[in-house]
Amino acid sequence: MKFIDEYRNSEIVMDLVKKIKTISQKEISLMEVCGGHTMAIHRFGIPSLLPNNIKLISGPGCPVCVSGIEFIDKAIALSGKKNVIITTYGDLIRVRGSKSSLEKEKSKDADIRIVYSTLEALEIAKHNQDKKVVFLGIGFETTAPATAVAIQKAYEDNISNFYLLTAHKIMPPVMQALLNEKVKIHGFICPGHVSAITGSKIYEFIPEKYKIACVVTGFEPIDIMQSVYMLTKQIHDKDPKVEIQYSRAVTKDGNTKAQEIMNEVFETRDDIWRGIGEIPNSGLKLRKKYKDLDAELVFDIQIEQVKEHSACICGQILRGQKSPKDCKLFGKVCSPDNPIGACMVSSEGACQAFYKYRKYE
Amino acid sequence: MCLSIPGKVIEIKGDTADVSVGGTIVKVGMQMVDRVKEGDFVLVHAGFALQKINEKEALETLKLFREMNE
Ligand code: SF4
Repeated sequence: MKFIDEYRNSEIVMDLVKKIKTISQKEISLMEVCGGHTMAIHRFGIPSLLPNNIKLISGPGCPVCVSGIEFIDKAIALSGKKNVIITTYGDLIRVRGSKSSLEKEKSKDADIRIVYSTLEALEIAKHNQDKKVVFLGIGFETTAPATAVAIQKAYEDNISNFYLLTAHKIMPPVMQALLNEKVKIHGFICPGHVSAITGSKIYEFIPEKYKIACVVTGFEPIDIMQSVYMLTKQIHDKDPKVEIQYSRAVTKDGNTKAQEIMNEVFETRDDIWRGIGEIPNSGLKLRKKYKDLDAELVFDIQIEQVKEHSACICGQILRGQKSPKDCKLFGKVCSPDNPIGACMVSSEGACQAFYKYRKYE
Repeated sequence: MCLSIPGKVIEIKGDTADVSVGGTIVKVGMQMVDRVKEGDFVLVHAGFALQKINEKEALETLKLFREMNE
């Protein structure tokens, strides 16, 4: 496929590895904050190719994982209401809330439908006027604009039976929160597709205020290796800045049209990140104009407070302080079929990626 | 979830387009992108074109690698 095979050339990858080795022998920790990177890094066995002094850490980049049990519980509560159809991306359906999952509810008769895009959810609303159709909005700046397009369309076309339950979140506040907690990293492998929308400018405060290196990175082995090279060089030269490795999709200003759509529909709110805690202005909720489409305001949703398993160390993993193999539950009690904590919930989570591909470690 | 794939725009139909992703044709929302022509490559994510892929940049990066390799 175009620009996929080319970016998987193993000779070039090995050449980059050689170059990285010549720059620095110092201990360097780099954090990726995109679930797509976590998956790619493990799938291509990147950690085993890197010199020993370079450590990669999976930060809070999996939207399904950080969205928390409450969100799933709310969705399940909604699915139990009369005449409600839940529409969602496939990623979410198997995730367990405190007692059940959407998949289980579906097998028990709840009307839950997997959609490929928000427009498909909107179509379902159009064709089921006697039902209330709720879309579960999840993801970072990559998916939030897609939700925003559907909201605008529903509003303009007077589709009065379409609602949004949002868990959308944005990236810069969580990166800042980690840095404020003095998490020990030297550089960020910045998300590629979030940045295709936002542009690389959202990371500029990081080298300026925290002196941490940033490279916006693509998802193929060459992309990741080149970024590690660029980051290592910035760190060695003591010249932290924001660079774009993934220049075929990312510019400094990003996709301004998508940004406008997103800003018209959403405003920020304080939000809870599973495994991390509450972070100011890190979540997205619908603006007042769209209050009639906000499932949280329209429906009476009752859920119970839930506690995380006390042995789960996911919070420390997302902060780069521990690795999945340090967890007592890993692989024994906690596995992809029975996820106990946030990091095992989706294929993009740190623990699940580690579980699936650990043969390479 | 955060994965997006490059696809080639085959036919634009108003605010959607048929895009070939690895040989399969998918219907993609074009609301977020401007000035995309048939034949262009776009990043497809959850049923929308997120951004046009800059072919010149893609080839340039590859050329740099090849030179480096020599
Ligand atoms: S293995 Fe499971 S319980 Fe342990 S940290 Fe990871 S998600 Fe939490």
